[in-house]
Amino acid sequence: MVRMIAVLALLFALLPPSTALAVNPDEMLDDPALEERAREISAELRCLVCQNQSIDDSNADLAKDLRVLVRERLTEGDSNAQVIDFVVDRYGEFVLLKPRFDLHTLGLWLAPPIVLGLGAIAVFFALRRRRTTPAGEAAPLSDEEQKRLAEILSDKR
Amino acid sequence: MLVEIGHFALVLALAIALIQSTIPIWGSRTGDERLMAVAGPAAIAQFGFVALSFAALTQAYVLSDFSLLNVWANSHSDQPLLYRYTSVWGNHEGSMLLWVLILAMFGALLAAFSGNLPKSLKANVLAVQSWISLAFLAFILFTSNPFERINPPPFEGQDLNPILQDIGLAIHPPLLYFGYVGFSVAFSFAAAALIEGRIDAAWARWVRPWVLTAWIFLTLGISMGSYWAYYELGWGGFWFWDPVENASFMPWLSGTALLHSAIVMEKRNALKVWTILLAILTFSLSLLGTFLVRSGVLTSVHAFATDPTRGVFILAILVAFIGGALALYAWRAPLLKQGGLFAPISREGALVFNNLFLSAACAAVFIGTLYPLALEALTGEKISVGAPFFNMTFGPLMIPLLIAVPFGPLLAWKRGDLLGAAQRLLAVAALTFAVVLVTWWLTYGGPVLAALGVGLGIWGMLGAIAEPAMRIKLFRAPLGDSLRRAIGLPRSAWGTAMAHFGVGMTVLGVVAVSAWQTENILVMKPGDTTEIAGYDIHFNALQERRGPNFDEQFATFTVGRDGIPVAMLSPTKRNYRARGMPTTETAILTLATRQIYMALGDPQQSGGIAVRIYDKPLVVLIWLGTVVMVIGGLASLSDRRYRVGAPKPARGVAAPAE
Repeated sequence: MVRMIAVLALLFALLPPSTALAVNPDEMLDDPALEERAREISAELRCLVCQNQSIDDSNADLAKDLRVLVRERLTEGDSNAQVIDFVVDRYGEFVLLKPRFDLHTLGLWLAPPIVLGLGAIAVFFALRRRRTTPAGEAAPLSDEEQKRLAEILSDKR
Repeated sequence: MLVEIGHFALVLALAIALIQSTIPIWGSRTGDERLMAVAGPAAIAQFGFVALSFAALTQAYVLSDFSLLNVWANSHSDQPLLYRYTSVWGNHEGSMLLWVLILAMFGALLAAFSGNLPKSLKANVLAVQSWISLAFLAFILFTSNPFERINPPPFEGQDLNPILQDIGLAIHPPLLYFGYVGFSVAFSFAAAALIEGRIDAAWARWVRPWVLTAWIFLTLGISMGSYWAYYELGWGGFWFWDPVENASFMPWLSGTALLHSAIVMEKRNALKVWTILLAILTFSLSLLGTFLVRSGVLTSVHAFATDPTRGVFILAILVAFIGGALALYAWRAPLLKQGGLFAPISREGALVFNNLFLSAACAAVFIGTLYPLALEALTGEKISVGAPFFNMTFGPLMIPLLIAVPFGPLLAWKRGDLLGAAQRLLAVAALTFAVVLVTWWLTYGGPVLAALGVGLGIWGMLGAIAEPAMRIKLFRAPLGDSLRRAIGLPRSAWGTAMAHFGVGMTVLGVVAVSAWQTENILVMKPGDTTEIAGYDIHFNALQERRGPNFDEQFATFTVGRDGIPVAMLSPTKRNYRARGMPTTETAILTLATRQIYMALGDPQQSGGIAVRIYDKPLVVLIWLGTVVMVIGGLASLSDRRYRVGAPKPARGVAAPAE
């Protein structure tokens, strides 16, 4: 069961990124395996002059240049990681849509699991505290509340 | 003249908002019923004046009154009438006016349909509601006035951004705003409860129809926006994790959590303090969304810094409301008494589980959206956070939640029986497993995870049906008997089942299109034929055409199967004359749940034109699922117990349905 959850957890992470793209026919590589890899890489690289678009989604000239560059590196035999390093060296980390796990992105990567963990701990203690207090006993009503109760009960609107 | 009336009406609305935000609260502090009674008429009058103002601006657009700066910048006399109407909110000033209009409308509805609220609660709720409109009316009048004139008036306008000249985007902002702003009611109720220092199950019952209404609109608005991006932007993606999308998705996530925690509060009088906090957070996220979209901070931190007036104003509103509400919360929440005990394995426990994961998912989206902004502002370092990050963090958080959904409704309140629920879901699990195996077999060699993903969607859908099916004893009692039970089942139960079913549908659509979409990107000349997913596509012709305010190249294709024509598709490329801006209009053929999607690319030097053809299996389910969720919401809303103005039993006259 645990393994199945682990597999499922990978599901959303590993599904091939949506392949709806702005890539042009003349840019595409003849080798389908290599083209497939070019697509995978392109979806992770940001079009630097666009708002939050990958170079695969963008029609901008810069995105086109980067798409061609990625394919050039791939045909020269670079691995996916080498291609990405090559682009990051030239354009900086800003080009990565998925920032690297590093000191300055620590908060980014750790926040979701920490929120989940803290939430779970808070729920655990809240439930435990609730169970140790005498069940079902509410504090007696104050005089003022008694008066209001009487008011409400007599109010026959 | 009418323009000046509109402007003046807006100022009057501000004055009324000032009265409405102070006098009733004073009345509730001193117990003066006459002062408290000011709130209702004031709210209605405020709405009347804002509506007059909005009507004046709309009139200026319809008549193409280019003496108005706002109309000149965003309209054109050649624009079709429909888009002259929608141009009103296709720009910053107009959309803020729409925002306030909807806010004032909710205030007026509250005033009209809250006859059975305790007088002081009603006064406080309306006063808090008016604080919000006071802030935004001031924002419009001081920084974003849509009624500014130009002297001398130009002859022609600059046209609306062509990307916005589309029916999908015309409806999208109002729907979204109804959602965003609808959560203000929950916020006002929460603040009022904190001011009064008391809260009970009746509070949840008063709030729930408003939350549900806002949620329905927000769901529709997001879904509409997603479909618009899908067909208008020409890449065929349905969700981009763009900060603007995230801005609307965060209130949806926390609003969904609120919807669920309010159930616990209403039924069991538990989770009160948490529900109040969620009500505050949900509207805070709506405000944050407004800030992100309206201040220009997203384009770049620097663009924000060069013209900071508007951004700083909204930021001040944001800080005042969120900070104020949270301070009030910290101060008063300890006064609220907790009630309603429950075991961890129970309906309450399941809803807490739901809240935990939805909140964590919301936090993931929040941090991913704001972290780059914060990092750049603090250190100057620029990073990008895009789809790959969100797929890796948000996705895994959704999976346990989706697995757990069918269990929730099967657990009893207070103390549930997990093993029993699991046994009752055995048939569903077996069916799901069979579907996974068949999918895996049919797509052998494809991604294995996709088959599991399909299982997740099917599990959600079947699991949603399981609960009502058991309650009406489907197949275990005579059919007539089941039917009678089905009619007797409360509509809110049907609503839950439908909404959960819709979630399953959407998941199924997302998984299928991500895994099995195919594409064919090529250069074509008229006369060429190509093929996708068993359909042949013949390029008939490429023609020029002149539209009202654009010129276009339009291509006609015949889609056929085994030589028999099925449909014609004509994707086009437009060039809008006034701005010289090109857009791509895609052509989509819907075949039940699959779509064939075509977009034109650039003309090639060789003489042909680039054509992108996609086959998207089950893609329709993504949006159909959201529609089913909305129908579920409506069913739940129509449940007599939850209508706006409940909870008293009907007294001859039925409570007005929302």
